[in-house]
Amino acid sequence: MEWITLSIDGRTVTVPKGTTVLEACRMNNIPIPTLCHDPELSNYGSCRMCIVEIEGMRNLPPSCVTQATQGMVVRTQTSKVRNARTTILELLVANHPLDCMTCQKMGDCALAEYAYEYRVTGEVFKGQRRELPLDDSNPFILRDPNKCILCGKCVRACEEIQGRSVLDFSFRGFNAQVGPAFNLPYSESECVFCGSCVSVCPVGALTEKKMVGQGRPWEVEKVQTTCPFCGTGCNFDLNVKDGKVIGVTSNPEAPVNGKALCVKGRFGMDLIHNSERLTTPLIKKDGEFVEATWDEAMDLVAQKLGEVKQEHGADAIAVLSSARCTNEENFLMQKLARAVIGTNNIDHCART
Amino acid sequence: MKTLLDPCCDRCTHTPETPCRDYVRCLTEGPICHDDPACKAEKQRLLKEIKPNEENQQIFVCTGTGCASCGAHNIVDSLNEEINHQGLANTVNVVPTGCHGFCEQGPTLIIEPRQILYTLVKPDDVAEIVQKEFVEGERVERLLYVDPLTNQPATTFANANFFAKQTRVVLNNCGFINPEKIEDYIARDGYKGLTNALQKMTPVEVIDEVKKSGLRGRGGAGFPTGLKWSFCRQAIGDKKYIICNADEGDPGAFMDRGVLEGDPHAVIEGMLIGAYAIGADEGYVYCRAEYPLAIKHLEIAIRQAEEVGLLGDNILNSGFNFHLFIRAGAGAFVCGEETALIASIEGKRGMPKVRPPFPAQSGLWGKPTNNNNVETWANVPHILRNGADRYAQFGTEKSKGTKIFALTGKVNNTGLAEVPMGMTLRDIIFDIGGGIQNGKKFKAVQIGGPSGGCLPDEMLDLQVDYDTLTKAGAMVGSGGLVVMDETTCMVDIARFFLNFSQSESCGKCTPCREGTKRMWEILDKITKGEGREEDLDTLEQLARVVKETSLCGLGQNAPNPVLSALKYFRHEFEAHIRDKNCPAHVCSALLTYRIDPDKCKKCGLCAKSCPAGCITGDKKTPYEIDATACIKCGTCAKVCKFGAVLRE
Repeated sequence: MEWITLSIDGRTVTVPKGTTVLEACRMNNIPIPTLCHDPELSNYGSCRMCIVEIEGMRNLPPSCVTQATQGMVVRTQTSKVRNARTTILELLVANHPLDCMTCQKMGDCALAEYAYEYRVTGEVFKGQRRELPLDDSNPFILRDPNKCILCGKCVRACEEIQGRSVLDFSFRGFNAQVGPAFNLPYSESECVFCGSCVSVCPVGALTEKKMVGQGRPWEVEKVQTTCPFCGTGCNFDLNVKDGKVIGVTSNPEAPVNGKALCVKGRFGMDLIHNSERLTTPLIKKDGEFVEATWDEAMDLVAQKLGEVKQEHGADAIAVLSSARCTNEENFLMQKLARAVIGTNNIDHCART
Repeated sequence: MKTLLDPCCDRCTHTPETPCRDYVRCLTEGPICHDDPACKAEKQRLLKEIKPNEENQQIFVCTGTGCASCGAHNIVDSLNEEINHQGLANTVNVVPTGCHGFCEQGPTLIIEPRQILYTLVKPDDVAEIVQKEFVEGERVERLLYVDPLTNQPATTFANANFFAKQTRVVLNNCGFINPEKIEDYIARDGYKGLTNALQKMTPVEVIDEVKKSGLRGRGGAGFPTGLKWSFCRQAIGDKKYIICNADEGDPGAFMDRGVLEGDPHAVIEGMLIGAYAIGADEGYVYCRAEYPLAIKHLEIAIRQAEEVGLLGDNILNSGFNFHLFIRAGAGAFVCGEETALIASIEGKRGMPKVRPPFPAQSGLWGKPTNNNNVETWANVPHILRNGADRYAQFGTEKSKGTKIFALTGKVNNTGLAEVPMGMTLRDIIFDIGGGIQNGKKFKAVQIGGPSGGCLPDEMLDLQVDYDTLTKAGAMVGSGGLVVMDETTCMVDIARFFLNFSQSESCGKCTPCREGTKRMWEILDKITKGEGREEDLDTLEQLARVVKETSLCGLGQNAPNPVLSALKYFRHEFEAHIRDKNCPAHVCSALLTYRIDPDKCKKCGLCAKSCPAGCITGDKKTPYEIDATACIKCGTCAKVCKFGAVLRE
């Protein structure tokens, strides 16, 4: 690997060739604010928060799309840079509702975080604001286009992670907005409600609808787990408040799926606390299902399978496994069929 | 009837399928492959039919968009009718052409070979023109152009200051050929540059020649063209594209429209030469859909070039292939930015992308792509036909050649003027442009479109070239020159350009999307008399951030009109804020209307016309305006025949 050496804020750092200035800073714990950057998505360079000063370059180049080069001299915290970032934040805040007290994103909002750091008041530019209707059309995602800062992460997540391209920009200039084609609500669009857009939104423009009002980020314990819905093995964080799961959020460190999830994994966890959920095995006695222990249930199944095998032979039994099981579980199922029951009649619902 | 394009005899074998390398030279100097006096005579006769001379007098009627909208097509019809009527059809030929450039005086026509220029022609004038010119051998004096500076009629078009001070290289054919006929272009040495390149030069030699000419991009940035070509030539790719940017969107700019309408083959020939040099076999002209005539002429020109084998495969038996297509834009100004333009051709939303990668490495559909604007491409045939040295004799040390400017605004001679780089603004505006309308005082010139700057009179002696203008806070840009007089308010004009930029911003990057809007709001406030002292600092600081942090040229240059106005006309901003006064009497919120009792003739027209009903008076007492009820619409001032309504 080829390495290059550059100077950032007077520090000499060495990074692999092909690294952007932003990556070089982050590798060396030099903080750079970003709103449109996401390591899982393509580089877009639109929010302009990550601007830096680089000797020999005109204007203030965005570090996320500028390649580090040998001998480059970068300054990330000059007054010119900080003033420009402050102005950009003032511009964003000037067109953003300041209802932070009741915003679901409070405590986890990148815009609020930087506005606080850069002492942005929202008083500098007072003028017209976007006033667009909420998209409350579906049970999963709440979309408030007025809070959107047009970073374009959701557009890229939809295209690059999910491959759906449901979202894009429309209109121009100050009227630019993000949404499905023809400004349709999510429910009437081609959206599959994977929620990848929600997982990347840095502000409160896209939120998990069922989590609204259920808890603040600092009250929530995040418990990493594996999704039970299928055998892919996606990881995510159960958001637990007071011992109750209030929702699911992506865990960027998830080894299989990163931030990507499907509609079931992200939005289907309300089954956990559903009153109609079965929590014990049921055995039919006198035409009625009666709650039983696992031992009773297992014994009953073993006994009945034994009877069938004895009376009709092992091949009278067939075993069908599930795509919701992991590979390991499916392996055990065929082991049960072949070694314990003694039949090759083993199949799987996902085999076509 | 035989045309120049038809084979002279059976010995001519040129077709697009069996191309002859000497095809172009053969048409004008031939036949080349055989020696036959009859064939040669026939070709010379056909050439003579195209070129004006005493036996074949020609009337070149401008039918560009400007003159066409003033009824030029009716003039063409009337001329044809009258010439037939007078039995002159064999000696006088009416040629509908592209733009003569003299739009202020349109419809215009030029009679060759005598170079007579008639201006503001109406269909009713046609009979008199034909009678005097072709029967009596005299002039129609009243239709000759009278120079506003000398008050003398111009005896020939070349004598008119507007034309005399120009150097027409790119516009050489505009107005003197029928743009719908490829033979007209070929008769005036068209496609000879291409022939030279294909027959005598390697692609690298072509690039070297363009480098030597010093040609720089005419779209605004002024990047050296030859160098740009060499980047794309050196880029690795199995397929390369070239693009002609004809998405001319600056308010008041129409140079590229003029070239495409009047001389489309020059652009095609330039692109052919560029494609050969770069190694591209496919090209696109991205033309704004608001230029229907340009698109029509380009379509005709492409079809004709394909029919004679100047576009297609194995052009002039050189093994070089090139196919050209047109894409019409859908109205977004930002699509003039090359990465947005490329996205638009690909069928995506026209939004600029960050560079690198530059289009030369990864452009259209991810392939190496070279993009130049219309005027740049149209310069190329001249360089390859006459050589880089001859081209480079025009211009300054670092800005070679000529540049077309679209003169608009409060100038006498609105139109297209091509001048050598380095001419002063004063010469362009006062000599060619004929000075300011109605004898008013010059105030500023906006150069380089909405992204350019407003320069005051003390900058009039600046040389117009890339580097000088950039230093002064303006830019050559695409070449729009909007002239403003003392009745223009600089705050209002800055607000106008900001309104354009903010509504044309694509909305991708924060500073351009949000910043231009806030700049506009501050300017709007100032024009309404609601500005505060600190607004100017906020405005200036915001303008600098937008300039330094925006993603593409649109945002980076959008603050220029504000910054240059603040630099050169700060006192006007201060007058609006401190004195609540608009010195140019433009900003209606800061105006009061008053009737001068001495001038008032008591006719009552103002009171009758006032939509607010706030003017009172009668036959005995002069009329008066109730300032508290006045809505400042200005109707009274417009209707008063005695100048009694004062704007203060």
